Amino acid sequence: MNLHPQDFLLFVDVLRRESGLVLDPGQEYLLKSRLMPVADRHGVDNLEGIAREIRMGSPDMLRDVVEAMSTHETSFFRDLLPFRQLQDKVLPALMRTRDDKALRIWSAGCASGQEAYSLAMLLHDMGIAHQGWKYDILATDISHQVLEKAKAARYTAFEAQRGVPAPTLLRHFTRMDEQWAVKPHIRDAVKFRQLNLLDGAGHLGRFDLILCRNVLIYFDAATRLSVLSDLRSCLNRDGVLLLGAAETPPAEAAGLKLLDGVMGGYVRGGGE
Amino acid sequence: MMKTCLIVDDSSIVRRLASKLLEEIGFECTQAEDGQQALDACKVKMPDVMLLDWNMPVMNGIDCLKTLRAFPGGEDIKIIFCSTHSEMAQIQEALEAGADEYIMKPFDRDILKTKFRQVGVL
Repeated sequence: MNLHPQDFLLFVDVLRRESGLVLDPGQEYLLKSRLMPVADRHGVDNLEGIAREIRMGSPDMLRDVVEAMSTHETSFFRDLLPFRQLQDKVLPALMRTRDDKALRIWSAGCASGQEAYSLAMLLHDMGIAHQGWKYDILATDISHQVLEKAKAARYTAFEAQRGVPAPTLLRHFTRMDEQWAVKPHIRDAVKFRQLNLLDGAGHLGRFDLILCRNVLIYFDAATRLSVLSDLRSCLNRDGVLLLGAAETPPAEAAGLKLLDGVMGGYVRGGGE
Repeated sequence: MMKTCLIVDDSSIVRRLASKLLEEIGFECTQAEDGQQALDACKVKMPDVMLLDWNMPVMNGIDCLKTLRAFPGGEDIKIIFCSTHSEMAQIQEALEAGADEYIMKPFDRDILKTKFRQVGVL
């Protein structure tokens, strides 16, 4: 059955308002493929039924629709290069300028936690704790559902080996039934928290390093600029924002400038 | 020049699948059905990388790996174990025997790409 145009527009409006997600005409198939499981869970027959409940003001339905439409694609040490850049350039540079030997790191749009745990593994293996350094890693996502998985820190063999080198797997994971569980020394280094980036992030404080890779690409131009400006305001004076290497954000308008030699890396531009 | 991969597995299905996926990402692939065949192939021409199964008739993957590492030039080849064994002790054993990486079957193109990138042949 085709989706009624008024229902499609309702989903477009709701998703843009609640999560900044842009849905274009012709993407009805995406709604169907992602929302039919939601319809099943709520005991309604189809997308019309979902739209009806949203119009009636069901907060549970609204939350589940937003969560189901969010993209949670991720993997450990995704793309490799950003982690090499962090190890070789970004983290050593940050450490040279911090007398208090403390780093605050934020993984924004962390999905099921692989990026945040990858950071924890990287920092652990760099051995900076033995040099007296402390680090906090905060990981946030809009979806409660993926955060539960992230906190559980258990992954299938498929998920684990999609990024984790075998020696790293042996150091930082343990087999638990058919899954691979992140060991406590890595798991406990990450704190998870639900956050919608559209709601602002000033209350989180400032960070030395923010990773927000392949998140902004799902937003429209105005939302992208607004979120990027927020991320900038959360950076410490010489902090680094790392976006996806292929992203082309409105960096200058958001008060950011490219960080030389670091693909996808940005620092605060002029002014406060 | 295309990099070469020797796929060593007694399952023709696995050999065909791995060959297809690796050729799609730019490798020239040859195949062997057991460890002895793999060693014989390496004496003729050493590949850049080997995808190596554990349990095989004639010679298993661990024995093949240890023998190969003692060959002239055998230290340079990247070896990625690929097995249904997925216990930590088994992964440890393969790494200690000289494997550069380890894939737990089943695998897909993403996992192959990641592992080949991790050992530096991609």
